[in-house]
Amino acid sequence: MVWDVLVVGGGNAALCAAITAREAGASVVLLEHAPRAFRGGNSRHTRNLRAMHDAPAGVLTDVYGEAEYWDDLLRVTGGATDEHLARMTIRASADAPAWMSAHGVNFQPSLTGTLNLGRTNAFFLGGGKALVNAYFAAAERLGVTILYDTEVTDLELDNGAVRAVNTVSRGFPLTLQARSVVAASGGFQANIGWLREYWGEAADNFIIRGTPFAQGTVLRDLLGHGVQQVGDPAQCHAVAIDARAPKFDGGIVTRLDCVPFSIVVDRAAWRFYDEGEDVWPKRYAIWGRLVAQRQGQIAYAILDAKAAKLFMPSVFPAIRAGSIAELAGKLGLDPAALETTVSRYNASVRPGNFDSAALDDCRTEGLDPPKTHWARTIDTPPFIGYPLRPGITFTYLGVKVTERAQVLMRNGRPVANLWASGEIMAGNILGKGYLAGFGMAIGTVFGRIAGAEAARHAGN
Amino acid sequence: MPETETMREARRVMEICNACRYCEGFCAVFPAMEMQRAFSDGDLTDLANLCHNCKACYYACQYAPPHPFGVNVPRTFSLLRDETYRNHAWPRLLARAFARNGTVVALVTAAALALVLLLTGWLVAPGTLSHAWIGPDAFYRVIPWVAMTGVAAATLLFSLLALGIGGVRFWRASGGGVPVRRGDVLRGLHDAVTLKNLGGGGHGCNDRDEAFSMARRRFHHVMAYGFLACFAATCIAAFEAYALGRPAPYPLFSLPVIFGTLGGIGLLVGASGLMALKLTADPVPAARRLLGADVALLALLWLAAATGLILLIFRSTAAMGALLAIHLGVILALFVLLPYSKFVHAPYRTLALIRNAANSADRVQ
Ligand SMILES: Cc1cc2nc3c(=O)[nH]c(=O)nc-3n(C[C@H](O)[C@H](O)[C@H](O)COP(=O)(O)OP(=O)(O)OC[C@H]3O[C@@H](n4cnc5c(N)ncnc54)[C@H](O)[C@@H]3O)c2cc1C
Ligand code: SF4
Ligand code: SF4
Repeated sequence: MVWDVLVVGGGNAALCAAITAREAGASVVLLEHAPRAFRGGNSRHTRNLRAMHDAPAGVLTDVYGEAEYWDDLLRVTGGATDEHLARMTIRASADAPAWMSAHGVNFQPSLTGTLNLGRTNAFFLGGGKALVNAYFAAAERLGVTILYDTEVTDLELDNGAVRAVNTVSRGFPLTLQARSVVAASGGFQANIGWLREYWGEAADNFIIRGTPFAQGTVLRDLLGHGVQQVGDPAQCHAVAIDARAPKFDGGIVTRLDCVPFSIVVDRAAWRFYDEGEDVWPKRYAIWGRLVAQRQGQIAYAILDAKAAKLFMPSVFPAIRAGSIAELAGKLGLDPAALETTVSRYNASVRPGNFDSAALDDCRTEGLDPPKTHWARTIDTPPFIGYPLRPGITFTYLGVKVTERAQVLMRNGRPVANLWASGEIMAGNILGKGYLAGFGMAIGTVFGRIAGAEAARHAGN
Repeated sequence: MPETETMREARRVMEICNACRYCEGFCAVFPAMEMQRAFSDGDLTDLANLCHNCKACYYACQYAPPHPFGVNVPRTFSLLRDETYRNHAWPRLLARAFARNGTVVALVTAAALALVLLLTGWLVAPGTLSHAWIGPDAFYRVIPWVAMTGVAAATLLFSLLALGIGGVRFWRASGGGVPVRRGDVLRGLHDAVTLKNLGGGGHGCNDRDEAFSMARRRFHHVMAYGFLACFAATCIAAFEAYALGRPAPYPLFSLPVIFGTLGGIGLLVGASGLMALKLTADPVPAARRLLGADVALLALLWLAAATGLILLIFRSTAAMGALLAIHLGVILALFVLLPYSKFVHAPYRTLALIRNAANSADRVQ
């Protein structure tokens, strides 16, 4: 049979597209590489979506208008965005929550959380897996055919249109035909071999925070067929996470928020960056890269008892010791070197009024690199250490799309029957940096557009 | 006491949840958890008994099995609650009743039935059991009044004492000392009788699988209120008999019969519904080992209601004597088993809810 719409992927972007296309009357098949238990890509690890609103709406408090949203985006991307697409996404995010609710997603009144996002972000009750479950249930109810354990290996793209889609489905080759195709297969961050092309052997020490199924097979295939690329292929969003995290799928719990209250040293027990440069939400995302650039892609946050309770608890126990030398031993660092680093740091700490919640005046003097806030002496046992590694969230490389989500060839012409949504095209709008909840906003907005356009094309 | 495997697992799971917190909107467990950084055995016992086993957090969990972290909060907490029941049983010796609770409940019920039947056969004149007695105090011709009320009152009082002692021990062991105001007690009771936390934050529980439904909450309500109605019927009847000198049986449109009938129907419907949900539910988030205990209590409540209703229908026939003996046998078993069956979840859960009300009032201030 020839399907009206074939959707590649099983995350937020794919599900939004599949549901929308099916509701428009198309016959829809959704191909998910993961088995059912691990369906939902990185989307299963998410927690919230950033939505514009001109008045309090549902769980969203106060006002978060287009101008402010755009400013926030401009700031984090440093201009690496497409204003037209970005503003369109921002405006369309306003009715995302209502659509999501209508398709079974429940929101939670914003409670505590680490970041205070109740104004800008709507939190999913139960998190991303609950959202993914709701969407799969909605898709099944509507009659979307879902194939798990089905990896798309390549698209037969020729003469400006996708002719067939080749897959391996539960171990067997399977070729499908469809009038319209939506590519929503995420980034390539789980493909260590591909990351190695830019990062060399360092990539072997990266930990992938989300799904192991983000291999970028479809992305690479499309670029190989002459599709236009966006986003810096060498860049990825990376944060410092606990080095004890599993290689894949460790998700949110491996996050470590202790850096601003610590000193961070590398393998040689030397400091290398100002840990107190800014409030954590603003510096959260630079530490992945910083650690990735150190020897062995590993670093260690060192704290003392005073700081033990200043940050969200993390999933792995803190490594504790009665003295700095003992701690160094437990972390595999040279005790003398760590003692020197700590005593030098302690000697340079100036007195100030410590305030964990604000940019306080506790800083070092005459230290290189300095620690410009929250600098307090590390002198109260038990001393605490956490090992850090780069945790890759997603990659920026993607395919170029129009505002109707249609995929463009390098020659500037659209592929007649191919649309893209989610991480695979996020680089059009988010070329750099990150804004909490924006990934899901892009996937939802473009997923719905892609689904509608794909269904319309199939109907013609 | 050496720490059990279940306690260790509960701690591991709560440490993962505390670093994640995605489920904080589902129920009272997660906000209570967020108050701690490290979990003592008492904290974990408290959290486990606060959990209503709605399973929302299992289906929402990105770390649920087969993820290597294997987070399964409802299953872990079910097992930990079972430990609570054993640890706080009084007298201690009877903690063993929880080891194979399904079997114990069945055996005690059978024993109580046999006992009542034997005693009636022995105590009353030959032929009494098969005679169609009607009119006031017909029941007491079959089983003498003193025997009936005496045995019932004694077992019930003992059971209430056992439940009370268990409750006090639980309260001490699971964190004790928060100052509790009257408002906290009321709020805790309110949360208990409305099953506020059995609804996944308002959208329903995962009764059987990923889909949300309110079925479990509704069946539980029907059952619990049915139970209370039956209890009320018994109290009213006792009052009429003692204070007004009007012994049972009562006419169809009297308060005890109306309460008893409605309550009995509620118990039947609720217990059947809950049993059906239990038996058809996805087994992964459930603790298989405890299925016997769950089903046994439901079956016992069902039997109590069914035998009561049958007695009502046939009370003016020759079968009345035997039916009465059977019904009383089941009721006796129920009274005896209150502190040694899954029923104990009710007082422990209520106490945990009261503590939670007190703690969250503190949090707000
Ligand atoms: C720990 C973590 C937390 C995050 N939290 C948030 C948050 O709170 N808010 C937010 O907005 N963003 C968050 N993000 C980013 C967010 O996950 C992504 O922006 C978003 O999920 C992308 O959705 P997607 O559908 O494009 O990709 P994914 O959800 O990754 O889905 C890609 C899908 O494609 C499938 N697939 C891949 N290749 C193939 C193939 N060849 N054949 C068939 N199927 C294939 C995968 O199995 C997967 O199902 C977070 C990311 C991580 C890692
Ligand atoms: S049950 Fe899973 S998703 Fe929910 S808080 Fe715990 S770890 Fe997070
Ligand atoms: S009540 Fe439900 S959501 Fe809360 S801990 Fe228990 S199973 Fe999880």
